Amino acid sequence: MKSHVWRPLWIVLGLVGLILLLRPLIVPSDFGTGERGFMYGYHRKGNEEDWKAIKVKYRSKEYCKDCHQEKYDSNMSSKHSIIQCENCHGPAVDHPENPEKLVIDKSRALCIRCHAYLPYEQSDRSKIKGINPAEHNPDMECSMCHDPHKPNLGG
Amino acid sequence: MKFSRRELLITAAKGALITALPMGAIKFLEPKEVMAEIKGPGKVRWAFLVDTYKCVGCGLCVKACKNENEVPYDTPVTRTWVERYIIKKDGEMLADSPMGARDGFTENKIRETAVDPKDIAKAFFVPKLCNQCDTPPCVQVCPVGATYQTTDGVVLIDRSWCIGCGYCIMACPYGVRFFHPVHKVTEKCNFCYHRITKGLNTACVDACPFGARMIGNLKDPNDPVTKIVLTERVGVLKSEYGTKPQVYYLGLDENVR
Ligand code: HEC
Ligand code: HEC
Ligand code: HEC
Ligand code: HEC
Repeated sequence: MKSHVWRPLWIVLGLVGLILLLRPLIVPSDFGTGERGFMYGYHRKGNEEDWKAIKVKYRSKEYCKDCHQEKYDSNMSSKHSIIQCENCHGPAVDHPENPEKLVIDKSRALCIRCHAYLPYEQSDRSKIKGINPAEHNPDMECSMCHDPHKPNLGG
Repeated sequence: MKFSRRELLITAAKGALITALPMGAIKFLEPKEVMAEIKGPGKVRWAFLVDTYKCVGCGLCVKACKNENEVPYDTPVTRTWVERYIIKKDGEMLADSPMGARDGFTENKIRETAVDPKDIAKAFFVPKLCNQCDTPPCVQVCPVGATYQTTDGVVLIDRSWCIGCGYCIMACPYGVRFFHPVHKVTEKCNFCYHRITKGLNTACVDACPFGARMIGNLKDPNDPVTKIVLTERVGVLKSEYGTKPQVYYLGLDENVR
């Protein structure tokens, strides 16, 4: 059967064949369906390790204990004991090497995240003592009057 | 051209052979594996629990998440975010999440307008993150196999393989996917995969002072999260989509979308 209709078909078949030949060269060898099956698990296995290898940046409170004992103790005996040091000072990563010193954020914005009064009775926000930032000693840093680590009023 | 019945059948059989052959030759589809899937093997199935009563809208989880996962801090995109809902007594619902609540909620103004406290019927905060669905639609649509689900249930993105076509961003009913402004590929919450696989909590769980966020293993019956999911009244988001989301919420309101 000689017909112009067949020609494009041969070209397509040729292309398919070419792609099949090149596929093993381009696609990494650890590409496969994995345990989750074709629909959800078709992936490059090595990528799982790539993600696991990412560096942990937040070290959490216990890490600070040894070097900043005083701050740690004072904080843990206060109403702010539930707050992570790194929430206010940023991720410690390799501190004290890198960064050598952590940020000291004295901004009012840091405190009013929790302490700006909002009339939302249905949320636990209403259980935190709230102030109106526009009226409560405006233009002054909170830490001038309150110890951010141990803010307990009256000691 | 006239085709006899016999010729037609033979041609059809040949055609089927031709299309089937290359498939088999490269082990593209493995039906057994496709079938064996469904429940999946392994001892771990990560799931998340959000207690919306406990959330105060401070946004420290968002701050921690962006730093931990290197999502540029001053862009509006984020892997997790907190939404504020105000439902007024006249039934009107207001919701916002400025910059994903990176700096928390510090005033009663919502979208530039102040709401009279007397008009508020209920107001609360809802943290959002990737649901790591059991049947993730975002994975189904990926044309290049760059996003996938691990055996322990977390959906990951292969940054070196993603072509940035954006199908998955459109497919996610929860809007958790976005373009990473630096890597120029799709990005989303992966339950801090580098942390949970080392036995740590996710950055947002650690950052939350109020215990509004918890991560756990659903295949461990003694896990606190599993216990709550099994014994308390928990809800999930948009279950009607059939995605089987694995972020459970305590105190979910019908207005939350
Ligand atoms: C291995 C010991 C070590 C650990 C652990 C450590 N730090 Fe430090 N930190 C230091 C040293 C040393 C300095 C520099 C002190 C200086 O020059 O005044 C410092 C400085 C700081 C500063 C700046 C102080 C200033 O006066 O500028 C802050 C804030 C801080 N650390 C917070 C933390 C927090 C939060 C953690 C826990 C996540 C932590 N550190 C863990 C040793 C440590
Ligand atoms: C609520 C936010 C907050 C938390 C939580 C917090 N800090 Fe601080 N920290 C501050 C602020 C604000 C300052 C600056 C204080 C000032 O101006 O006197 C500061 C100062 C410091 C300093 C250096 C200044 C000094 O007085 O020597 C260190 C070191 C420090 N913090 C360590 C810690 C450690 C360790 C923890 C956890 C146990 C912690 N901080 C938790 C807000 C916080
Ligand atoms: C000029 C000093 C000063 C500054 C600056 C200041 N405060 Fe106060 N604050 C006080 C005093 C004094 C009290 C105790 C008032 C009382 O007992 O009613 C207080 C009380 C509070 C209370 C408890 C309110 C209550 O209902 O009992 C909170 C919360 C508070 N401040 C947070 C802040 C925050 C957040 C900032 C920064 C945005 C700040 N303060 C700045 C002096 C200050
Ligand atoms: C993560 C939320 C959060 C942040 C951020 C925060 N606080 Fe607090 N603060 C609390 C909680 C919770 C309490 C204890 C509940 C209460 O009594 O209000 C508290 C209590 C207080 C009190 C009252 C203590 C008492 O004896 O009643 C003061 C004052 C205070 N904080 C000041 C500050 C200052 C200043 C900052 C900023 C450096 C700050 N807070 C940041 C959550 C926060």
